[in-house]
Amino acid sequence: MEHLFTDTAYMLTSWMVGLGIKPVWADLILLVVQWAIIIAIVTVNVIILIWLERKVSGFIQERLGPNRLGPFGAFQTIADAMKLLTKEDIIPSRADRWIFMSAPLLFIVVAVMLYAVLPLGKDMAVVDLNVGLFYFISLGSLSTICLLMAGWGSNNKWSLLGAMRSVAQMISYEIPLAFSLLGVVMIAGSLNLGEIVNAQNRYWFILLQPVAFLVYFIAATAELNRGPFDMPEAEQELTAGVYTEYTGMRWALFFLAEYTNLVAVSALAATLFFGGGQGHWLPSWIWIIIKTYLIMLVFMWMKWTFPRIRMDHLMAFSWKVLIPVSLANILVTGLGIEFFRGMGW
Amino acid sequence: MSDHATLGVFLLLTLVFPLGAMLAAWLFRPKPRPSEEKLLPYECGVDTKGPTWIRFRVNYFLYALVFLAFDIETIFLFPWAVKFQQLGLFAFVEMIIFIAILLIGLWYAWKEGALKWY
Repeated sequence: MEHLFTDTAYMLTSWMVGLGIKPVWADLILLVVQWAIIIAIVTVNVIILIWLERKVSGFIQERLGPNRLGPFGAFQTIADAMKLLTKEDIIPSRADRWIFMSAPLLFIVVAVMLYAVLPLGKDMAVVDLNVGLFYFISLGSLSTICLLMAGWGSNNKWSLLGAMRSVAQMISYEIPLAFSLLGVVMIAGSLNLGEIVNAQNRYWFILLQPVAFLVYFIAATAELNRGPFDMPEAEQELTAGVYTEYTGMRWALFFLAEYTNLVAVSALAATLFFGGGQGHWLPSWIWIIIKTYLIMLVFMWMKWTFPRIRMDHLMAFSWKVLIPVSLANILVTGLGIEFFRGMGW
Repeated sequence: MSDHATLGVFLLLTLVFPLGAMLAAWLFRPKPRPSEEKLLPYECGVDTKGPTWIRFRVNYFLYALVFLAFDIETIFLFPWAVKFQQLGLFAFVEMIIFIAILLIGLWYAWKEGALKWY
């Protein structure tokens, strides 16, 4: 079971080479298959997650949540997706047409590109990039630009205010996010996600880097624009923030990208702090699904438990608390490594 | 294929996904001729007043400047962190000095009120 997917990929390639296809083309065909699997994972995950989010919020607020369509309302998301597919595509006459139209498309592309380096099990990354973690962070920050494009292109005051807020918030929380991962990199000595997982053979990094995990978790919530950090789309004051003018499929793409980002960030947390696919009895690709879903449940728990944080508090918290704390974490980690080396461990 | 070529092909493939979704939506959605009011900016039913694309106050951009300084610092810190265990004490002390200089910068920005949100 453990090698199910890696073996299948290997067999597929050797079979194609046996048929007389050049190895380059065989690799390319394999890449298309892997891409299709990732798209399937993304879509299915979003369908499950939206249903799960509504059920969890219902549970926390002591109501039922969706319960009409299918067992426990499980088909609700599919019905919603069908509805969105048949909605008009309205482009406001004063909007900056091309920026408005391309923003959701770029947002989902950036979100899906994150999955190219994620190890979805042992040796199961599409690209085993040697700077995987750095790639992940730098690509993740591109979503800021997509939101700004959406807000500016809409030519709507709600959208612009939402975009300005989200840009300020996302650039502020990007720094503690990157700093918190430095402690992990220092201990593992690599930016390759697979090697970081292997470095956790003895201890999961959550035990060595608890502060880094907390900072990462908070900063990631803010990067995702999720509650309690959802000022950019605070529906009571900004209608829907940057999403105000979007309809139908374009709006659905934004939603898809948001949940895709949520899965990616949680999977990265599982990879860096909870030993990735390591675990007993079950194959690694099942472990990573379990860990990712547990982390996402905590994200949902947080969203539906805490009230929204005021904008100035939110900004101050990043610059005046998280950045000093994450820098101190780097210092303590460095001292710790030097100390243990001095002891000869 | 090299890693970067694979990433490039992956990017091209990924571009197909949202375009396909838009195509599917184009097949199913109704395409009526929208009235003029429908295409106005949505502001809860009230006509919008004045231009939307206005200048923002300068404090907003101070954040961007401080962010830029720290973001460049992360670019320096990542290679240092990867090689930390081989580099020894000297690199560690050097990086402490580097971070200290930036912390002084952060403190100065804080003191001057650049981190105040209006």
